[in-house]
Amino acid sequence: MTLAPETTDLKVLLRLADDWFTACDLGALLPGRGVAALLPDGGQVALFRDRGGELYAIDNRDPFTGAAVLSRGLTGTHRGRPFVASPLLKQRFDLATGVCLDDESVRVRTYEVKAV
Amino acid sequence: MTTAPGPTPTIVLVGHGMVGQRFLEALAERGLTATHRVVVLCEEPRPAYDRVHLTSYFSGKTPDDLSMTDLAFLEEHGIELRVGDPAESVDRAARTVTARSGLVVGYDVLVLATGSYPFVPPVPGKDAEGCFVYRTIEDLLAIEEYAKTATTGAVVGGGLLGLEAAGALKGLGLTSHIVEFAPRLMPVQVDEGGGAALLRTIEGMGLSVHTGVGTQEIVVDGATGAVTGMKLSDGSELATDLVVFSAGVRPRDQLARDCGLAVGERGGITVDEQCRTVTDERVFAIGECALAADGRVYGLVAPGYEQAETAAATIADREASFTGADLSTKLKLLGVDVASFGDAHGTAEDCLDVVYSDSRAGLYKKLVVARDGTLLGGILVGDADAYGTLRAFTGSVPPVSPESLVLPAGAGAPAQLGPSALPDDAVICSCHNVSKGTVRGAVTEHSCTTVPEVKKCTKAGTGCGSCLKVLGQLVTAELEASGVEVDKGLCGCFAQTREELYEIVLALRITSYRELLDRHGREGARGGDGCEVCKPTVGSIIASLAPAIGASGYVLDGEQAALQDTNDHFLANLQRNGSYSVVPRIPGGEIAPEKLIVIGEIARDFGLYTKITGGQRIDMFGARVEQLPMIWARLVDAGFESGHAYGKSLRTVKSCVGQTWCRYGVQDSVRMAIDLELRYRGLRSPHKLKSAVSGCARECAEAQSKDFGVIATANGWNLYVGGNGGATPRHADLLAQDLSDAELVRLIDRFLMFYIRTADKLERTSTWLERIPGGLDHVRDVVVHDSLGICDELEALMRAHVSHYRDEWAETVNDPEKLARFVSFVNAPDTPDPVVGFVPERDQIKPDLPLLDIGLRRPAEDDLDLLEGSTRR
Ligand code: SRM
Ligand SMILES: Cc1cc2nc3c(=O)[nH]c(=O)nc-3n(C[C@H](O)[C@H](O)[C@H](O)COP(=O)(O)OP(=O)(O)OC[C@H]3O[C@@H](n4cnc5c(N)ncnc54)[C@H](O)[C@@H]3O)c2cc1C
Ligand code: SF4
Ligand code: FES
Repeated sequence: MTLAPETTDLKVLLRLADDWFTACDLGALLPGRGVAALLPDGGQVALFRDRGGELYAIDNRDPFTGAAVLSRGLTGTHRGRPFVASPLLKQRFDLATGVCLDDESVRVRTYEVKAV
Repeated sequence: MTTAPGPTPTIVLVGHGMVGQRFLEALAERGLTATHRVVVLCEEPRPAYDRVHLTSYFSGKTPDDLSMTDLAFLEEHGIELRVGDPAESVDRAARTVTARSGLVVGYDVLVLATGSYPFVPPVPGKDAEGCFVYRTIEDLLAIEEYAKTATTGAVVGGGLLGLEAAGALKGLGLTSHIVEFAPRLMPVQVDEGGGAALLRTIEGMGLSVHTGVGTQEIVVDGATGAVTGMKLSDGSELATDLVVFSAGVRPRDQLARDCGLAVGERGGITVDEQCRTVTDERVFAIGECALAADGRVYGLVAPGYEQAETAAATIADREASFTGADLSTKLKLLGVDVASFGDAHGTAEDCLDVVYSDSRAGLYKKLVVARDGTLLGGILVGDADAYGTLRAFTGSVPPVSPESLVLPAGAGAPAQLGPSALPDDAVICSCHNVSKGTVRGAVTEHSCTTVPEVKKCTKAGTGCGSCLKVLGQLVTAELEASGVEVDKGLCGCFAQTREELYEIVLALRITSYRELLDRHGREGARGGDGCEVCKPTVGSIIASLAPAIGASGYVLDGEQAALQDTNDHFLANLQRNGSYSVVPRIPGGEIAPEKLIVIGEIARDFGLYTKITGGQRIDMFGARVEQLPMIWARLVDAGFESGHAYGKSLRTVKSCVGQTWCRYGVQDSVRMAIDLELRYRGLRSPHKLKSAVSGCARECAEAQSKDFGVIATANGWNLYVGGNGGATPRHADLLAQDLSDAELVRLIDRFLMFYIRTADKLERTSTWLERIPGGLDHVRDVVVHDSLGICDELEALMRAHVSHYRDEWAETVNDPEKLARFVSFVNAPDTPDPVVGFVPERDQIKPDLPLLDIGLRRPAEDDLDLLEGSTRR
């Protein structure tokens, strides 16, 4: 799914179990920079948008430090795959699969996400 | 069922552990699997795995990841592996082995590789529920399961394995204790001094250590039969829900004893230099179950591997012998650097110690040297960086003096002895016995160009991993020597250095990162999203040059916001629990009482932790993202500006009180410090910049430890450059003397702009000065004598910076759109992040950290719910 970046009134939806949960306006997502959203159960999700308009959602908690900060990391592309680098100790996580690129045994949860 | 030795001779291996597996590989390499039938009896429910890295299971490695056995290898070589079927008896007369399943296999050659069992001291209650040992994957699974219902764990034994086990218990969320009978931790590997340094570090990590006490009894709850505590020899009692015994290992030689093979007095199957048992020439013993010809039982994997090779070679009728091995070790877990190698305790006659110890920093380094200068061994605690090189030098006379090898760089002679100084036959990887020559050969003859390729080609670095650092240095050195161009590019996205990118941005007036990436990035990176290395670097270059190239000077404008590291992104410093710190600028360290009161009031009203920094100002910690705008609105209102504690930019210009008050002062150092701080505030640079101005040569402002430091003279100012601290402190060099105010400022303008133009990313002025060709003399030629004719341009760039400076926090608090990003949650702007918590300490607060799993194991589908946003506290 690719979107023209100038679209403004779209909402970002997140798949939770069987429902789609409205997280924020698409306009709140700056390409290359994440935001965090609060989930109904008190959990936190980090949302990202890359420069092609693709959306990603992963657990906001950094498994290496415990702090809920992944949304504040820098994003990038590694061998064609989108990633975010934790702002604390800089481990990189594949945005599509949640797998840590620096230690493949560690993974964060990913969510299905779309804009409508 | 009996299988008698048929026409093909049969080799039976008992025990499929690390050494057993290595033996099979050695058989295959020598073609013996083609000429022999090979049968393996394996007691554990799974084939050989990497026991050395057992603990990494707790940081997320699965049993599969740890496996060392490739089923295709077994199949290809026709090896018959019987998993879960241990040998029960050996009939040496009939030459048969009977397994538990009833299978009887005839052998021509029998190899015992049965390893060790953990020694459990015979204390009452040792078999209670909640008591464990630490040897197999099954042990770990059981500990993990039991820990779910426990809150406290104790490890009996403070050796290498005990510390690993204690670290693992801590990672499982238990309060962990270590009980060690000896007066210090790791008594085998380190001496008293090393033990003391180690103790401080381990305790600093929150583990409780009890040394010099024995475990007398495990206290058991009569009703449940479960552990509740342990009685110690000093009469005290320790409450604990779980006990792990890690009090040493004993060779598993029962099978051998039962069939009449000779064993040592303290256990171990007695073998000769060919690893053949002294009793029966058809039977071999290798690994931890063997008592080697030098009278030792080796509890490390490298000697076992060597024995495996020796036995295989002997069976193949080649010459080989095992006469002893090195006991070097390095602790793998816990984040503590501990290593010992060679004759660590100095048992050789007439040897000398060279010791460096810094108790406060938890550093202890000892080298054992013979009279003739030969390095015999050593102990490193707190910093084991040199382990790989030193171990390789053991047994020879190092080319530099031993003192310089243990002193921290900067103290005395900073001899950085690189691996290039090693002789070709020096062993780089002792796990696999790979010499420097072999590693070099991998690069020069087998055209390996990366460390992973060299690892694959030579096996070096695939054991305990402690040689990887030296391996990396060696590969780079070898590549450079053989003329292969080592990629000096900034990162995977740009083939240019930072300096080259600076020139491109300046010359072509590029104000957008994307444009730079798409036009000048590496082929594969164009059109992509870049990476976390080049984004902040380019963001910094654009910010340094903003006025000159026509970019916005506000670092959070448009695309620039997406380039900034998280600190710059929120104009504050991220702390370990996700909160932020606030540092207002206090130019020259001079502050009026009114302003001090404002800081005090703000800190009090927001409940912030306050501390005087090392830079003559005040830091307020513990602000939540959504509080930053309110805090800064009040600070800006009171006339404060951003202190850029978060930026790679000017931090502080420290001052001493100087001529105005001090009886020795010869210039107004406070005024000069304030002028300099205001002139260069907000200047983005490759790394942070610090400065200081002292009013006389007594140097109360410590100007000679700054990136640019100024000391007053009777005739004006002396300018020093390239001094700073960090991990490798460096004193500044004198650049020019007796300058007037105007001359001083002009020279600093030029110096800073030249540094910003030519330094590498995250290169402080000290490293830059040491790196650039020509060093200080060249820099003096450029900035004092204008040898490149660029000084006008450098000065113009600085003038542009100074005239365009605006306070970023004032701009932020006055713009609602910019303020919108300062929330924890985009969909709940008023809700604070619940993970950010605090607890009291010394009348203030400190972060309350969530308890952590050492890592996350791949979640099974059904426990996803548990992981989701989990904030275990
Ligand atoms: C607050 C302070 C410690 C204190 O309580 O006194 C401090 C705190 C931090 N220092 Fe420092 N340093 C502080 C003085 C120093 C000093 C001493 C000095 O300046 O007189 C040094 C040694 C001198 C030097 O600059 O080399 C120092 C050498 C470092 C280094 C190593 C730099 C290097 O070149 O290797 C870092 C890491 C870095 O910058 O990459 C660092 C990084 C940090 C960071 C920013 C780490 C981070 O990225 O989170 C710390 C967080 C500050 C915060 O959250 O507010 N800090 N730091 C001091 C702030 C001074 C100020 O007012 O700005
Ligand atoms: C947690 C931990 C960390 C370690 N860290 C290091 C380190 O950093 N560096 C280092 O050099 N060493 C380390 N070691 C030691 C290293 O693991 C051993 O030296 C090595 O595994 C010895 O290999 P082995 O084949 O002799 O014995 P093992 O690997 O123990 O294998 C012996 C096998 O034989 C089996 N067996 C026993 N009796 C029978 C029988 N009758 N029939 C069939 N099978 C039988 C056992 O079940 C076992 O699987 C560590 C050990 C542990 C437990
Ligand atoms: S450096 Fe000199 S002028 Fe400044 S306070 Fe120290 S003695 Fe006084
Ligand atoms: S020394 Fe253990 S892997 Fe090289």
